Formats: sequence, structure tokens, C-alpha cells
Amino acid sequence: MDLYLPIAEMSVNALVIILLGGAVGFLSGMFGVGGGFLTTPFLIFYGIPPAVAVASSATQITGSSVSGALAYWERGQVDVKMGGVLVAGGLVGAGMGQALFRLLQDLGQVDVVISLIYVLFLAVIGALMLRDALAGLAARRSGRSPATRARRHLPWVAALPWRMRFPRSGLYISPLAPLLLGALVGMLTAIMGIGGGFIMVPAMVYVLGMRAQAVVGTSLFQIIFVTAATTLLHATASKTVDIVLALMLLVGGVVGAQFGVRAAQAMPPDRLRLALALLVLGVAARLAFGLTLTPAEPFALFEGA
Amino acid sequence: MRPGTLRLLALLPLWMFLAGAAPIGLITQLSQARIDINTTFRGAELLVFGAIQYPRGATPDQLPDIAVVVRGPSAPVTVRQKARIAGIWVNAQAQRFESVPGFYAVAATRPIAEIADERTTAIYEIGIRNLQLSPASGGDDSIVRRFEAGLIAARQKAGLFAERPGGVQLTRDVLYAARIALPAAVPVGDYAAEIHLIRDGRVLASTSAPFVIDKSGFERWVYVNAQEHSLAYGLAAVSAALLAGALAAAVTRRRW
Repeated sequence: MDLYLPIAEMSVNALVIILLGGAVGFLSGMFGVGGGFLTTPFLIFYGIPPAVAVASSATQITGSSVSGALAYWERGQVDVKMGGVLVAGGLVGAGMGQALFRLLQDLGQVDVVISLIYVLFLAVIGALMLRDALAGLAARRSGRSPATRARRHLPWVAALPWRMRFPRSGLYISPLAPLLLGALVGMLTAIMGIGGGFIMVPAMVYVLGMRAQAVVGTSLFQIIFVTAATTLLHATASKTVDIVLALMLLVGGVVGAQFGVRAAQAMPPDRLRLALALLVLGVAARLAFGLTLTPAEPFALFEGA
Repeated sequence: MRPGTLRLLALLPLWMFLAGAAPIGLITQLSQARIDINTTFRGAELLVFGAIQYPRGATPDQLPDIAVVVRGPSAPVTVRQKARIAGIWVNAQAQRFESVPGFYAVAATRPIAEIADERTTAIYEIGIRNLQLSPASGGDDSIVRRFEAGLIAARQKAGLFAERPGGVQLTRDVLYAARIALPAAVPVGDYAAEIHLIRDGRVLASTSAPFVIDKSGFERWVYVNAQEHSLAYGLAAVSAALLAGALAAAVTRRRW
């Protein structure tokens, strides 16, 4: 079934888009990640203009994060204070990211830079996750409980001034650290069309040293606001939000997430983390390969630029 | 000079007079004056048809050629050549063209090179190679040509530039018809179909018919709102996403 997208100005196969949303939803239900890091590259690969792919993917993530965040909210696993600080940083970052995105568009390098940033982040995060998952698996096999971390958070985080209490997260740290983290992730949201959960969650654990129970809920809470702000920024500045595309992705995503949650319950958590790590590394490898591949089209056209 | 030739020469002013009094003409019509892009738009086909009006209704022995040119709104385009830098393909050297039609298709009764010489086809911009794309100044001529070839190849691959020799059918030497395929990726805007009648390498008559390609219904509504009420549109997109998410949460509540 072909459907014409009013903003992307092209005809797409609705089934493919909904299936993509479903596959990403499945993964997000299974691993608790937003899946933007899969949606955006695939949309671009499918032929959707990068600017539209990034903006519409952000809109889709807003929706897909809500159901998860609500579930965590009911269990009291959202640190609103910490989330607020992260959102504040995220909004600043999203604004900067939007400006950077425009600059890259003017330079005609947006697709290359997006791919490069993806490769870099996915490779680093994937490698970290792989190390963790393998360590967990090895520990379980030998019957030991995984080694507990000696340090709560990184020393430079503890050294920052104006410390504040974040009771739900079990932290007494300066808000500057989460503010910076939020800004970094917000910037990536605007440039890459991702929620940033796969960066935010490890950073909250390893950099800030947050209590594990509050991490995912707070990350989702933050993602809702930052992706919503990103949608608004893209809608007003570059006018590249395709509401039809975003809703199609959402429909697939909502259904896919159900199956993902079910699948996750049948799988041991360490295996799950290993699978996610391999998936992330796989996407990174594919993108890196794509960058070095001799392009079929030696020329690229940029309209109106 | 032989007498026969002399007689022919004597007839020439008379022929010119008659031709001038009743010049060869073209009547043209399009299948649609407006092409709507709606939700199910997958491209369209435009039928350009009409009749040749010969002086005093007499069809000549030597049939003229017809060239049909359909062009869309022009816009500046920057072409960037990809180059390998440190193993990675990036967009390197660039060349800007000031007026590139968003769509350009030409159909003719015969290959364009056989119909008229380069000068004539260049004047009337008949044929993709004859498009005046107005390259921004400063570039080396050979480099500009290389980028122009790249631009044309990319547009041809997308179906936005097309050349179809033999795409115009003549029926009973009088009626002509050409089908122009418009792909799903056609830009919206004001279009024109130009029809040229060519004989002995000269354009004897030209006519043109305008048409519009625009989004309609829901697509138009979404597009206009995104452009003119962008903040409200953005808020609507966010609300729709939030609602869908909340709905999904409500449906699956029993799980949590």
C-alpha cells in the first residue's frame, strides 16, 4: 500500500514503514531503548530526506516513551527533580543541536556527519555494553555475583560546586553534571533523531551514579520532554516534521512493543544485554561500512541550497 | 539556370505570401489542467494532444516533426561531488546551478538530433542537453560540464528528467499525442507544456499550455499547516504522539 507523505514529498510503502516501526517497537519493548538509533538510519536508507527522518523520528519517540514512562511513574520510579535538571539541559542542547544541524545542512555534510556520529557513539556504547554483558555472563557461569562497583560516581562529578540532594536517585551532587549530560543528549536528539536513552542510561549509572531503580523511568521522562521540544524546534525552524510518517511509525511501534515485552520476559537479562550490545555494534559496523563504500551516485543534489 | 528551377523561384514569393497569410498552426489540449497529489498519489500521466492546422487544410508531402516539452518550476540546485577523504566518502567540491527545472521531459516524433540542429534546439531548450541551467560563474568550463552531467544523470535516475524520442504519435498526419509520465517525486508548482512544430530544422509554430501540480485534500491541509502555522502544527504533532503513547499505555495497563 503506497502512501504519499505530505512533508517528505514522496510516496512510501506504508507497510514497510509500519513494519519498521513494529521492529523498532519490538526492540524497545525488549530492551527498554527508544530505538531512534535504528529508525533514523533506516528511514534515510529508504530515501526519506535526512532532515525529515530526524525530525519525524523524534516525534515518534515522544509517543513511544510515554507508555513506558507512565508505567515507571506509577511505580514511583521517576526522579522528577533529576528529570527536570536533565530536561533543562536537554532543551539548551536541542537548541544548539538544531543550529548545528542547520549549519551542516548549509555545508551539505549533514548525512556524512550524522553517519559518523552514529558510528562513533554506537561503537563506544556497544563495546561498553558488550563488556558488561560478557562480564555478567561469566560471573553467573562461575557462580559469583557480579562485582560491585567501588566508586559511586566519577571524581570530577563529585568535585563540582553547588551540590543538591536528589532523594529518589539517592544522590547528593551538583546539578551541573546532569545539566551537561542533558545538554549533550539533547544535542544528539536534535541532530540524530534519537531519544538518547542508550547513552543516557549508562551515563546515569556510570557517570552520575544514580540508583538503578530510578534510572530508566527518569531517562524516559527526560526523553519525552526533549523529543517534544525537538519536534517543535524542527517544526518551526526547518518545517520537516512529517506527522503522517511519525504516526505510521508509532502505530507499528505500539504493537511491536507488546511482542517485545513478552519476548524479553522469556529471556535471561544477561543474554538480553548481550543481544542488544551485538545489535548496536552491528548497526555501527553497517554504517561504517556504508561510509567507506564507493557510492553508486558520485554526485549529490541539494535543492535550494 | 534551368527553366524548371526558374519557375520554382518565381513561385517562391507566392508560397511565402500564402504561408504568411495562413501560417501553419497548432491546437493543443492537456488531459488535465490540474494534477492533484493526494494520499494515494503514485505519479501521474499527462496526455498532451492536439492538431496541426495546415494552411488551407492541405497536408504536405513532407511531414513536420513535433516536439513536446513539459517543464516544472525552476529552482537553484547545488551539486556536490563525493570524494574519499581518509577512507570516508564525503561531499566535497560543489557547483551551483541557478535555474534547474524540477521536472523536464521532452517527447518528439524522432530523435531530437535528427529534427533540428544544435542552435535551434538550444534556443528552444529542446532536449535535456540543451537546458540552460545557469551555472554559477567562476568554475572551469570542463568542471562545470562534469557537474552538469552529474546533475542530469541524478535527475534522470529519479525520473525527473526524461527524453523520449518517438514519444509523440502522429495520427493521419494531423493529430498528435504524447504521454508524459510524472513520477511520484514531482515537485509541486506551475508547469507548462510547450509544443513545437519543426520542419526542415526550423521551428514553424509553437504553442504552450499551462497546468498546475499541487497537493490536495489531506496532504495539502497538512502541508499548508506545517508551513503557515508551524508552531500549532508542531504542538499537534507532539499531542498526537503523546495521545498515541498514552492510549497504548491504557490498553496495556493490565500488564504493569
